[in-house]
Amino acid sequence: MPDEKDSRTTPADAPEANGNKLRVIGVPRRRVDARAKVTGQTRFADDIFLPRMAHCKLLRSPHPHARIRKIDTSRAAAHPGVYVVLTGKDVPIQYGILPVSQDEQALCVDRVRHVGDPVAAVVAREELTAFEALDLIDVDYEILTTISDPQEALTTPEPRIHEYGEEGNIHKLVALEFGNVEEGFAEADEIFEDTFFFQGNTHLPIEQHASVAIKDPEGKLTVWSSTQTPHYLHRALAKVLELPAAHIRVIATPNGGAFGGKSDPFNHEIVVAKAALLLDRPVKICLTREEVFYCHRGRHPVLMKFKTGVKRDGAITGMHLQTLIDGGAYGSYGVASTFYAGALQTTTYHIPRYRYQGCRTFTNKPPCGPKRGHGTPQPRFGQEVQLDKIAERLKIDPADLRLRIVESSNSVTANFLQLGTVNLAECIRRVAKVSNWKEKFRNLPEGHGVGLACSAYLTGAGLPIYWNKMPHSGVQLKFDRSGGVTIFCGATEIGQGSDDVLAGIVAEVLGIDTFDIRLFTGDTDLGPVDLGSYSSRVTLMAGNAALQAAERGKAILREAAAEKLQVPKERLCFAGKRVFDSAAPEKGLTFQEAVCLAEARFGTIGTVGSYTPPTSPALYKGGGVGPSPTYSYSAAVVQVEVNSVTGWVTVPKVWIAHDIGRALNPTLVRGQVEGSVYMGLGEALMEEQEFRRLPKKLSHALVHKFPSILEYKSPTSLDMPEVVTELIEEPDPRGPYGAKEVGQGPLLPIMPAVANAVYDAVGVRIDEIPVTPEKILKALAEKKAGRDPRFGPTDFPHIHWPEALRVPPPWEGGDGHAVNEVPRRQKSRQEKEKVLAS
Amino acid sequence: MSPLPIASQKTSQIRFTLNGEETDVSFAPYKTLLEVLREDLFHTGTKHGCELGECGACAVLLDGQPVLSCLVLALECGGRQVLTVEGLGEDGHLHPLQDAFADLGAAQCGYCTPAILVTAKALLDQNPHTRSDSRSDFRKPVPVHRLLADFRSRGSRHAQDRRPKK
Repeated sequence: MPDEKDSRTTPADAPEANGNKLRVIGVPRRRVDARAKVTGQTRFADDIFLPRMAHCKLLRSPHPHARIRKIDTSRAAAHPGVYVVLTGKDVPIQYGILPVSQDEQALCVDRVRHVGDPVAAVVAREELTAFEALDLIDVDYEILTTISDPQEALTTPEPRIHEYGEEGNIHKLVALEFGNVEEGFAEADEIFEDTFFFQGNTHLPIEQHASVAIKDPEGKLTVWSSTQTPHYLHRALAKVLELPAAHIRVIATPNGGAFGGKSDPFNHEIVVAKAALLLDRPVKICLTREEVFYCHRGRHPVLMKFKTGVKRDGAITGMHLQTLIDGGAYGSYGVASTFYAGALQTTTYHIPRYRYQGCRTFTNKPPCGPKRGHGTPQPRFGQEVQLDKIAERLKIDPADLRLRIVESSNSVTANFLQLGTVNLAECIRRVAKVSNWKEKFRNLPEGHGVGLACSAYLTGAGLPIYWNKMPHSGVQLKFDRSGGVTIFCGATEIGQGSDDVLAGIVAEVLGIDTFDIRLFTGDTDLGPVDLGSYSSRVTLMAGNAALQAAERGKAILREAAAEKLQVPKERLCFAGKRVFDSAAPEKGLTFQEAVCLAEARFGTIGTVGSYTPPTSPALYKGGGVGPSPTYSYSAAVVQVEVNSVTGWVTVPKVWIAHDIGRALNPTLVRGQVEGSVYMGLGEALMEEQEFRRLPKKLSHALVHKFPSILEYKSPTSLDMPEVVTELIEEPDPRGPYGAKEVGQGPLLPIMPAVANAVYDAVGVRIDEIPVTPEKILKALAEKKAGRDPRFGPTDFPHIHWPEALRVPPPWEGGDGHAVNEVPRRQKSRQEKEKVLAS
Repeated sequence: MSPLPIASQKTSQIRFTLNGEETDVSFAPYKTLLEVLREDLFHTGTKHGCELGECGACAVLLDGQPVLSCLVLALECGGRQVLTVEGLGEDGHLHPLQDAFADLGAAQCGYCTPAILVTAKALLDQNPHTRSDSRSDFRKPVPVHRLLADFRSRGSRHAQDRRPKK
């Protein structure tokens, strides 16, 4: 194709001979998959059509909690056009993303735990036929008591939704204490106690989950799926289908948005795999939007209480955070989410003593899991709103207060998180400057306000989901006589640009163009393992692996080229698709010639690279959640206009500064920041995953309030404000070319910044997300009546917390271990077996 | 022979112009334009996201007007002109909008991109002087207003990385 050659050329073509200048990295450029995406040729899972392909639909429970007495599939199986009907007995083995929560079955065998839990699958010639046949399946349910929220879960130990967990319907309890927090409170000049609630919300990727499975010509299984974690799906399929993992190939198709919602292994993926093996023909499933709401794994609703002690100058002396987390019907990532809800508080500001108590309960709702920011946006909201209150009471500007207490680079926090570069202060200064913060704060006319908030996020989880010592990311490179280079990597393109990151790094090292590179990613057969596109890990981890593989390839080429050109190796420069003498740039070879010379000398050229995160100093139990090679930082200022008659909030403008380390492709980085702002505004102002009870005479069931895009409100382009993005670039030595994450961090400050801006505008505190007009009007009414001008939870329920694991912080001589042994609750035999089986 | 299930009966047929090409297609009568495009004609560039007419991912141009193809029966399209993302480029070249979207990072996951592109084309065809403040002209939620502004004013290739105006 002769098209777009001129405009897509990357700066690798630049003829400059300066060996140190970056030509690809840091330069805004067209991403490698842009052409496929603007022409509609990117092949998402549901775009796969194969000969003889059958279609699958799932029968889902209409009840939130019930025992399955009997399933009769005979009428459905006899329906014309139906190939097979599956039930739980066909795929009974339990699985789950975490080894400690193997609590799901692809089709429920004897119990359903939320509306939408699948109980049977129909595979038919046409999708509509499968759908019709669902009506012909007879399920006899025995209705069980329904648990609707964590408070109810705490007071209703029976019936248990699961036979494992702490006790009753408590899934997980966490209690950690880093230093004596009571001493910290005793040293404080002021103590602040605030409760907050963050309603759950869902990812809302526009691509609905889809999967296609085949028994390939060799009799092995291949599954294409819209998954962020092909490696974990691979493991789950091997377990449930009892097949050798080597006989399963998972191909993660590019995801049409994911945001964490496609990172669990899903029942529909297992069902189509089983059906394809049984039928020996391709089987496809594509969920409806309603079903995507049932899959969920979104933001946990969290009730939280912050108790924070501060000195008059703003220094924090101690913090105690308690969370009560609504987990929904399954474990999913929930144990990790419970730890995450308390893990990152210490990464932004210096907190010398810190206690965290978290409680996740099971409820009869679609399971919650990881959504962009995984477990951390909720407490970040509470912490940042409380800081706004602290600043007001201490009469310190909120930006200045934060600048006084920001953590410094390379420090180790109270909970033993090893920080990398910390440019939060620069983020705050920059965002305050570009937004004219000082002029606006508390000075805008009534109804107009600005709010500031900050955040931090992981650049990749420091530990894998299942314990092992292998690399987290691997990359293989193939150097071709054509001068082309091929990248093989398990990393999954979910829109964030991971393919372009890999290509950009390899192109930079080898001095070629990103469009000279082919990529095979997200395929468990073709590429070495990458753990998946979650926890903002791909740029740093797969990027470092790519960097290592490329440097190794470059060394081989350099050896051959130096000999041919009779130039010392260290003088050779790779740029502009050439290998040349930096002292005499005209003396050189084309990149292709260099590859051919190297192949002639060394044989077929392929290199590998891999990445394993550094060991974390957090050695206590539970210290596995929170560590990361480095953390990104963000600061945002949101401006709002609040209509005091209707309570309606509009956001005219958002300013955000993000500590990215280095922007590998600024076009992608800015896209991630703007997308985060968009998603954050949706969470802040309108998105909520709400449930309601049907009337008693109508089964009293707990149903989803709005499982459709029609009623689940999310912002549109008409709601989207102008966004000013400032990138703070100080390369972090831990990242490839200094890069840190950007996919999740910039979301986090938006929600608290909105709440703080609403307070600046109309003087009411909305201590609950989303900040809806209704809540603002209620708080304004309180204000008018002379009462506390606030809307939000007032108390936190009593929870029987276990004794805290006490870990002295580094400045008290702690070595990362706990000083006490906490007696483990006696685990049930069944639970032990489950863990062993995983 | 026993009767085929209704879903397998391709008893309806239309002739229409798809991306400039006369096209005959047979399909089950209940199918929407979206389903026929994707499942019977394998034009998978057009996506689905809600099947309710809310998300806009299935937008195509019907006689030059943006429509939600999940809400249009294929049977309504006989004799009419349908343009999808597959028909946007000309003579092997990207449409200028596609080029601009690619350069400016407008396509991230790329799932809604085809619908946004054809909607933007309709807008520009109807009002070639569309500016960034014309976003209310869009019938569906498509975040392209700033991109269009950039596209129209960009002097350099990477307009989105210019410093934001104070």
